[in-house]
Amino acid sequence: MEKRAHISGWTLPLLLILPQMAITVIFFYWPASQAIWQSFLREDAFGLASEFVGFENYVSLFEQPEYYRAMVTTAIFSSLVAFFSLACALLLATQADKNIRGGQAFKTFLIWPYAVAPAIAGVLWLFMFHPTLGTLSKPIKAIGIDWNPMLNANHAMTLLVLSATWKQISYNFLFFLAGLQAIPKSVIEAAAIDGAGPLRRFWTVIFPLLSPTTFFLLVVNIVYVFFDTFGIIDAVTGGGPAGQTTTLVYKVYADGRLGGDLGGSAAQSVILMIIVIALTAIQFRYVERKVQY
Amino acid sequence: MMKKSLLGALALGLATSTSAFAQTEIQWWHAMTGANNDVVNKLAEEFNASQKDYKVVVSYKGQYADTLNAGIAAFRAGNAPHILQVFEVGTATMMGARGAIKPVQEMMKEAGEKFDPNAYLPAITGYYSTAKGEMLSMPFNSSSMVMWINKDELKKAGVAEIPKTWPQVFEAGKKLKAAGHDTCGFSNAWASWANVEQFSAWHNIPMATKANGLDGFDTEMKFNSPAHVKHLQNLVDLQKDKTYDYSGRDSKSEGRFTSGECAIFLTSSGFYGNVKANAKFDWANAPMPYYPDIQGAPQNSIIGGASLWVMGGKKADEYKGVAKFFTFLSDTDRQAKLHQESGYLPITKAAYEKTKASGFYEKNPALQMALIELTNKEPTENSRGLRFGNMVQIRDVISEEIEAALAGQKPAKDALDTAVTRSNQILRQFERTVR
Amino acid sequence: MVENRPFAQFMAYLTLALGVVIVAFPVYLAVMASTFDTATIINGNMPLVPGDQAGENYTRTLLYGGMHARQPVGGMMLNSMIMALGIAIGKILISILSAFAVVYFKFPFRKTAFWIIFITLMLPVEVRIYPTYKIVADLGLLDTYTGLVMPLIASATGTLLFRQFFMTIPDELLEASKIDGAGAFRFFKDTLLPLSMTTIAALFVIQFIYGWNQYLWPLLITTKSSMQTIVIGIKMMITTTDALTEWNVAMTTAVLAMLPPVLVVIFMQRLFVKGLVETEK
Repeated sequence: MEKRAHISGWTLPLLLILPQMAITVIFFYWPASQAIWQSFLREDAFGLASEFVGFENYVSLFEQPEYYRAMVTTAIFSSLVAFFSLACALLLATQADKNIRGGQAFKTFLIWPYAVAPAIAGVLWLFMFHPTLGTLSKPIKAIGIDWNPMLNANHAMTLLVLSATWKQISYNFLFFLAGLQAIPKSVIEAAAIDGAGPLRRFWTVIFPLLSPTTFFLLVVNIVYVFFDTFGIIDAVTGGGPAGQTTTLVYKVYADGRLGGDLGGSAAQSVILMIIVIALTAIQFRYVERKVQY
Repeated sequence: MMKKSLLGALALGLATSTSAFAQTEIQWWHAMTGANNDVVNKLAEEFNASQKDYKVVVSYKGQYADTLNAGIAAFRAGNAPHILQVFEVGTATMMGARGAIKPVQEMMKEAGEKFDPNAYLPAITGYYSTAKGEMLSMPFNSSSMVMWINKDELKKAGVAEIPKTWPQVFEAGKKLKAAGHDTCGFSNAWASWANVEQFSAWHNIPMATKANGLDGFDTEMKFNSPAHVKHLQNLVDLQKDKTYDYSGRDSKSEGRFTSGECAIFLTSSGFYGNVKANAKFDWANAPMPYYPDIQGAPQNSIIGGASLWVMGGKKADEYKGVAKFFTFLSDTDRQAKLHQESGYLPITKAAYEKTKASGFYEKNPALQMALIELTNKEPTENSRGLRFGNMVQIRDVISEEIEAALAGQKPAKDALDTAVTRSNQILRQFERTVR
Repeated sequence: MVENRPFAQFMAYLTLALGVVIVAFPVYLAVMASTFDTATIINGNMPLVPGDQAGENYTRTLLYGGMHARQPVGGMMLNSMIMALGIAIGKILISILSAFAVVYFKFPFRKTAFWIIFITLMLPVEVRIYPTYKIVADLGLLDTYTGLVMPLIASATGTLLFRQFFMTIPDELLEASKIDGAGAFRFFKDTLLPLSMTTIAALFVIQFIYGWNQYLWPLLITTKSSMQTIVIGIKMMITTTDALTEWNVAMTTAVLAMLPPVLVVIFMQRLFVKGLVETEK
């Protein structure tokens, strides 16, 4: 996608882009290249002895049945979380964008959960959903469900999707709201005068105008579920029961913990990165065409 | 104006006075939270007040895993702390990194500090020593696994005596369940620590070859023995109607005991402070149960907790400070006081004897239980301790397979066989990195 | 205004109320937990109505910093504030400039530059945290605010967001600005910046909270207690192994620590409204 109109000159843009480039190179490419290099080494935790092993770390990874299971888990987990967090946030944002009394309060309360530090969120989930001690486990049990995420994989996955979605709703809500508010009211009014009902107005006028935001959020959410969820998994299920909520990024974290399998863990991050870059490239190639700028 | 210059002079004076002393700073990174965090701060304060040459600076670095990670990262970047608190499962990782650490015994000797390894409780230091008995790290907070008992509920369910053996625990669990504890007859925290690690030591059966790894990194797992399988199978059977109910890999579910839900609960002796503060019923603790048909049981339990490792590559003067601090820590009165106030196990024999002689345990029998277990018999090669590389990952694997068995996905035997195979892969991986 | 049908109004209220109940429930629970004593909390008997310990918990936390918090809460709050502001402002600054360059200029390797920045989305700090630590240490930035902030703004979310937004701005605006004889700088200042206000506000809120809630990174690179942040302070009170935890004090501190981010949200909503007005003119 490109703009038709441009400003001429190229020293200025280079200057403008320089700060970001410098920070990116120093604090991203430099460490990232070391992580890639590490994936070809076998090394002890303290880096006292290291040995170049070529692709051995990659090969042994693909020999583990657990790795394929983690792939499947990741696919299920990410699609569920990305879908629910976007859908719920969009629904809430469209309602909050309406001119209603108390709208500000609703908005504040919907953004508030984002302010809960992940370090504390884990504890709160335990308070709510611990099989026997959780505040919400009692009502769940009362309706006849033998709630036990510690041993039941479906319960554990539900709990995980719930918590990961919860974490992301506020974020998506905020950007959807910003996107909605940037849509000139005159456009919507024009459509209303044309006699379009609220639902049709949404799908034919608002949603297309919102598509740049939606596209941004889609990309960011995919990245979020792939990478940023290991903290939640660690706090809520620890990858269990029996490894059935272990996603790719959680495996990177668990295997590399305490300098365990540094090379293998680095190899996993490299693969993970390739997957996400491929996914994003596909999105830019195919999904962005549908975006209306 | 006056005020300003006065303040300036004061600041100047302060600046010069501190530089005149030229204290050597000793960095101590730790993972202690809550009340234990207080203990750490207080120890540092007391040590700093007791002499002028050295200053211990404490820094909280997150949970055990975070602290070790921070230490590793700092070492790789060339600014490791002097003292790093490492949990017991990180022992092999530290030991494998001979170039990164300074063995405590060696350091004490070089610093000319008086040090007698025999003054320490072997049940504790054994975990942190080489096969030859050289002490590598200084034990700090140690605990063991005990069985916590809700006496009120046991009485209500008609269990007259605190169960001693596993069959008695199963019976008691059934009675408790019949008496209304329908979600939990008995349970335990720390799935792998309880059912594999402590279980093996307590029954004097090897968890792995080579004295559980103490004699070499080429150790191989053996915890799929008939006894292990039988125990897990019992739990699997009882899980079906929740006479036994799984409580996870860590201690997050300990509230099930203090809330009264589970009347029999195996977990760390360090749970003491919580029970004392939050259990609103008559409670006690008891030794871990055992199977009477296994010969030699009960043997002795093994410790959990953490020890203080000294990092390598520091100046001789700094090591001198660390050595002084360790002497300060090992002081009999201080150890006895620490033990009685915090519930940590004392690390020296003298401190244990002193506490015994003072009659402290008559009033606080719960604090002695772990020590009774640890010193129950002279440790054998199955019960001295564990030393497995990448133990954190191994624990995950064991817990995963226990969960699979309890969830009914595979028989107990299959689960333990798989756990052994997968753990061995991890051990081999570690062995290759330390070579 | 678009029609105000009562039914649509009702549905909006219902959806929002339901949304708030579900989404904000954990927050509510945290607030409730700060009104009970520890035993009630850990024994899982916590009711959903406030308890009677609120006064006690809050006075203790505010006045004595709990039994265990040795570091003054104020200092930790200040560090968190500096870090969060640094991240929010720093990130907005570098990303709005680079997005401006990428969208509105044609220069050699423009596409390459965009992708070089963009790929940084793909690897969050946590995965490259140890190599990054080494670099920060080599640069002598341990225990500094620069070291705390810089690595966390090296990501492309902001750039992508501004790019997406700039793309929606009609080309006519640039053309009009050119006809007026305005240079790149004036176009940026007079046209782009005012239009971007809502986006900036949204990004500010998100980045501020992101910065405020950082745990692993500050834990790793700070060793002085004077550099500690409030989230580390809370974690120090909460424990998962052995030690007795004063959950009531921990939850009270957690609730207090939430206030600055929430104030930022409320404050930024004013900017939202302002931005809205400006787009409508």
